[in-house]
Amino acid sequence: MNTKVYRAIIRLRFLLLVQYRAAALAGISTQFMFGFVKVMVLEAFYLSSTTAQPMSLQQAIGYVWLGQAMLGMLPWNGDADIQALIRSGNVAYELCRPLDLYNQWYARAIALRVAPTLLRAVPLFLISLFVLPSRYSLSVPTLSSLAVWILATIGALLLGCAITNLMNISMLWTISGEGIIRLLPAVVTVFSGMTIPLPLFPNWSHKILELLPFAGLVDTPARFFTGQLDPNQIWLFLARQLIWTAILIIWGRWLLARGLRRVVVQGG
Amino acid sequence: MKDSLTLYLRYVSVSMRSQMQYPASFVMMVVGNLVVNAVEFLGVWALFARFGSLRDWSLPEVALFYGMVHVAFAVSEAAARGFDILHRQVKSGEFDRILLRPRSTVLQVMGLEFQLLRVGRLSQGLVVLLWALTNLDVALTPIQILLILAAIAGGALLFSGLFVLQATMSFWSLETLELMNVLTYGGVETAQVPVSIYRSWFQNLFTWFVPLASINYLPLMAILDRPEAHTLPVWVPWLSPLAGPVFLLVCLQVWNFGVRHYHSTGS
Repeated sequence: MNTKVYRAIIRLRFLLLVQYRAAALAGISTQFMFGFVKVMVLEAFYLSSTTAQPMSLQQAIGYVWLGQAMLGMLPWNGDADIQALIRSGNVAYELCRPLDLYNQWYARAIALRVAPTLLRAVPLFLISLFVLPSRYSLSVPTLSSLAVWILATIGALLLGCAITNLMNISMLWTISGEGIIRLLPAVVTVFSGMTIPLPLFPNWSHKILELLPFAGLVDTPARFFTGQLDPNQIWLFLARQLIWTAILIIWGRWLLARGLRRVVVQGG
Repeated sequence: MKDSLTLYLRYVSVSMRSQMQYPASFVMMVVGNLVVNAVEFLGVWALFARFGSLRDWSLPEVALFYGMVHVAFAVSEAAARGFDILHRQVKSGEFDRILLRPRSTVLQVMGLEFQLLRVGRLSQGLVVLLWALTNLDVALTPIQILLILAAIAGGALLFSGLFVLQATMSFWSLETLELMNVLTYGGVETAQVPVSIYRSWFQNLFTWFVPLASINYLPLMAILDRPEAHTLPVWVPWLSPLAGPVFLLVCLQVWNFGVRHYHSTGS
């Protein structure tokens, strides 16, 4: 496989997407607000009960800030440009290129997820680590926690791009109104841990939540960063992320092949 | 006045018809909107299942806050949608056409779109609200129910005021409109629990600057007969929903100021 082409696609799309800096600034304020509200609500809940919880308040607060900082990586939508290509029929050009379409779109998905994350994550990390008063701040991780967090974040990116690509491919159908895939953003948001930290869901649900692919997106990296998971467990969690990535890529490729068999290009 | 109302209803019916052109697609979008909001409530439920209460508030009480603010926001998202998308008109210069017509700008902008899709959030909010009302310990008197309805109406007007402010910002800058999400979506997130659980500077921000406290917290203190209510004059919970229309009127003044300073893109 000629990876040079795909690396070029990632680079070009990335350079395009980091141009939206003012939007990123506005986005940071929004994320900051949401983070603050969530942190204060969690604090109030923790003060309401004296029973031991699966994670400390400090870890829950860190988890919330990580979720907000890394929001750009959450696969809650497909690539709007690919959607436009499909709607206008220009997707035919994509088919003419001597490249694998799935890989091409996967490369675009990587840029789509990384560019906004870099723009937004850096300031949010700086503020939540160093500026906020300690009771509301993200705690500085140990070196081993930081190392496994990086691994888990790469796993989350690969998994997120596989889900993004599924949404891209689903557009071959959803334009005609079909498709349960429209419900995916809601499912992704809740079951990844964006709404509330997954360990705070009832204990009986933990096993199910961990087996679903979505926990690998936000929950896994956040729990390693905050030290809620022991760094030794990284291999198990990384394996889960990668197995799900492989399954979703195979599924996506199969769907894409099926979708392209019935593509009708409308000329023009 | 009657004339304007007729015109507005006509705008709404045109907008509705255009959104219903693809009924299957529309139904899927409404269901999507409904599910997005329903699973969000899962989070609130899960926190109560784990911690039992939020300070001394029970789940039905918090559900009442949640339902009221979501119904209010859904109504304003549908009715004030024109202000939410006005930046497109400003960018393309289409806003000039609105200025040329012998009708008020507010009426015409409201007529740009009536977003029907929001029945998803609306129905989810209503379900939570009704569940809360039937599970509360107190039985409500008709006048208390009237106060709840007034508070919801006040909330819808308040959120509409925020959309008007957002639209006004687009006369100066198209890049930073997302900033208003802090107050609109952030406001919904904030007000879906009692504002008293936050730190005092945050409470003050949402009491005096954007009076979100007055569209559910203050009225509900009287209805739920909270001890904090006794520290306030008796009339405060009953008059507080008026903060919504007052806030909207202030925002409309800012809007008029913005319209006078509008420079067309010329295209």
